[in-house]
Amino acid sequence: MNQSHQKEPWKRETNGGADATATTSLAVNDLSVQVATPDGPKLVVDRLSFDLPEGRTLCIAGESGSGKSMTALALMQLLPRPMARIAGGSAMLDGEDLLTLPESRMRQVRGRKIGMIFQEPMTSLNPVLSIGTQLKGAITAHGELAGRAAGARALELLDQVQIPEPRRRLEQYPHELSGGMRQRIVIAMALAQHSKILIADEPTTALDVTVQAQILALIRKLQVDHGIAVMMITHDMGVVAEMADQVLVMKHGRRVEHGSSAEVFDNPREDYTRKLLAAVPRLGEMTGTDAPKRAKGAEAAQAKAADEAPMVEVRDLTVRFDIRGGILQRPVSRVHAVEGISFTVGRGETLSLVGESGCGKSTTGKALLNLIPWQGDVKVNGRSTRGLGAKAMRPVLRDVQMIFQDPYASLDARMRVGDIVAEPLVIHGLAQGSELNERVAYLLERVGLSPDQMRRYPHEFSGGQRQRICIARALSLSPKLIVADESVAALDVSIQAQVLDLLQDIQDETGISYLFISHDMAVVEQISHRVAVMYMGRFVEMGSRRHIFENPQHSYTKKLIEAVPVADPHRPRRDFVAKAEDLPSPVHPLDYVPPQTRVRDLGGRHLVWEVEG
Amino acid sequence: MAAYIIRRLIQTALILLGISFVTFILLYLVPADPARQIAGRSATAETVENIREQLGLNLPFYEQYLRYLASLLQGDFGRSYLQKTEVSTLIAARLPASLLLMAGAIACELAFGLAMGIVAALRRGSHTDNALMITSFIGVSAPQFVIGILLLYVFAVKLGWFPIGGYGTFVHLVLPSVTLGFLGAGWYSRMMRSSLIDVLRQDYVRTARATGLSRAKVLFRHAMPNAILPIVAMIGIDIGLFMSGIVVVESVFGWPGIGQLAWQAIQRVDIPIIMGVTLVSACAIVLGNLLADLVTPLIDPRIKLR
Repeated sequence: MNQSHQKEPWKRETNGGADATATTSLAVNDLSVQVATPDGPKLVVDRLSFDLPEGRTLCIAGESGSGKSMTALALMQLLPRPMARIAGGSAMLDGEDLLTLPESRMRQVRGRKIGMIFQEPMTSLNPVLSIGTQLKGAITAHGELAGRAAGARALELLDQVQIPEPRRRLEQYPHELSGGMRQRIVIAMALAQHSKILIADEPTTALDVTVQAQILALIRKLQVDHGIAVMMITHDMGVVAEMADQVLVMKHGRRVEHGSSAEVFDNPREDYTRKLLAAVPRLGEMTGTDAPKRAKGAEAAQAKAADEAPMVEVRDLTVRFDIRGGILQRPVSRVHAVEGISFTVGRGETLSLVGESGCGKSTTGKALLNLIPWQGDVKVNGRSTRGLGAKAMRPVLRDVQMIFQDPYASLDARMRVGDIVAEPLVIHGLAQGSELNERVAYLLERVGLSPDQMRRYPHEFSGGQRQRICIARALSLSPKLIVADESVAALDVSIQAQVLDLLQDIQDETGISYLFISHDMAVVEQISHRVAVMYMGRFVEMGSRRHIFENPQHSYTKKLIEAVPVADPHRPRRDFVAKAEDLPSPVHPLDYVPPQTRVRDLGGRHLVWEVEG
Repeated sequence: MAAYIIRRLIQTALILLGISFVTFILLYLVPADPARQIAGRSATAETVENIREQLGLNLPFYEQYLRYLASLLQGDFGRSYLQKTEVSTLIAARLPASLLLMAGAIACELAFGLAMGIVAALRRGSHTDNALMITSFIGVSAPQFVIGILLLYVFAVKLGWFPIGGYGTFVHLVLPSVTLGFLGAGWYSRMMRSSLIDVLRQDYVRTARATGLSRAKVLFRHAMPNAILPIVAMIGIDIGLFMSGIVVVESVFGWPGIGQLAWQAIQRVDIPIIMGVTLVSACAIVLGNLLADLVTPLIDPRIKLR
């Protein structure tokens, strides 16, 4: 069955009509990868077979732990050793089996025949070597070019990946470039030796949506220009729809489904694929509704929100950080992280702050809890928090709690889960003894965990369960507001959907308010009553969910919405963006006066800010 | 950069001031009487009292310290009680030998330590790795006088390859340097091993390998500059460790450096020499650290001194 399936001629939806003649460049057969675990060896890739046709894109999709990255590393013989090893199978490229090549021969394949790009642009370049050194290193890895020719090729490559001012970039170091620029450099390195196959392992996962759109378009353009076969690994069905000619869905190391992009999206044959597609939040699926996805009695809550005093009132919040220097360490310049924003969060309401990295959304959340110094006015539940010290802030913090992004880093690995959830109650002296136990048991149950897991440690839980523990901890003080900072960003889509549902159910039940901080437009659309779009420390647009998603006014809001990859392979693919764009720097000299903005009220609390002049 | 160095030098001056104060207190509290030492056992109480008065040892503590500090600020370390020579002259005569020994020791440390660390990291978990780490453990834990005497016995007494002691030629330098460097080599090899293992796991090493670079290029061009950073910081601190080691090693090998000078001065409670040597060593430690901090940004462009 495997065999017949593989030999099916692939239908090509994009790029003009059917094409059954594409020849295979890489044929993978029964690839198995074994990983050593404390419980003995475990197969993380289990007899996986697929062909990579010349000049086409194959997307391998799956959730974390599906073995998709291991597949890519195995093909390059770059598996982390001695932990993981190839347990069987073959991968034929130009008559050679990549899986059995000795290191010296494999080295000739890497870079020359197959280039690879990785997920983390922030760590995949060497921090102590200049861009030029690294790029020329890749160009001359096999000694074909040297000296001046290598320099010329480096400039040519930077031009191909659309990097402005290529000459200057060669002198720069990775930390001086943005994530998007770095990923372009990594792509240039992968293509430095004219390889005909590009393996891209989650190349845009760590990037902002607008940058992601640019990079995906760049990969498509390079593919067409140079006839490269792309094997793209991703968890994001939107990216799959955007890129794939063929899709291979993986789960627990096995192939679940394999077919043309249109087949897999339109007629998924397997339950798992259907579930995966259903869990993907689709931008625009909430069109025509006012309340968040699972909200009950939404109208009542809204009416209530309008009547009562707001839960949080923020006026002219400004956060600036000094950069110090000189002999006396006096401030020499200033980071303008948040620049005069005002908003309210009503009772039982979810306000989402959405924007790209560095826009100040997390800083705003931290300022609300007095975790950083700020200027302006913040009232929580009617109480002004300005200038409150740690002790005076305590009663306020009973009303406001926070959930963070990384469920692995935000739980103390040496504390039992029960103690983690109980800690806030103990700190505030609210419960002890059996009462405390009962409360913790209730909280764990409330977030869908079992009370007898209380004595376990965080490492015994999965990412989704840990995020539930974080939610239980945040709920322990019965707060009236939770600041959720990218709280579902690190989770797989199916888990993400469950956690979002949990948050919504808690709101329906308790009337809690959320300040939901996220970069993900689709998630924001599902959970919010109201949305504020942030750019460079300011609000550019704020309004109800319908205002923002169905009638966006500011150009930046529109750009953000357009950049979100849509899980629909029939949608026309976006045009290539000619030049890489970067956000401007938020660092300014001390005497910098931020430009004035003018707010336009479109009615129904739909506000748009524009810079004057 | 200039502002950074100036600020660090100001800090250095404050640190030296603090050290001079603490050392002075300690020496003041030592229950030995320098005047009695100078006068000798047979001297009368009157003679001892005279000497005490002459040296200002009968003055209250703060006055003694302020006097010392005042002359120190004029570059005057005082005169040795017993040798009747300027302390600065004594130190200046001895310092080159100690610096030479230190340079030899650093060379040994780096050569042995880095080589052992790199091999151990590349062959992690193998017998070679285990053997190297046991060796380094011995280096870290064995007292230096034991290592020194063992080396002397084997290589000087039994094999006769090196002189038993003394100063002058390259062969005289070998055994003391190895003895002094053995401890550091133990530390450096462990540090190098863990640092390199960590760096080899980094994404950028994988990226470099994915472009088809050879193992040697990946190791020396990509991994080493990153792995060496903690070592550079360590060298700065190390100069301080040397100062304690030098006292022992110079005595074992009869090396005419400031370690020996200090050792003799301590036995005779020759306070000006002890103070002088302490301040010079403190200076070396602080300047060593400053040097390490100045070298680091040359390797790592992310570090900016300001």
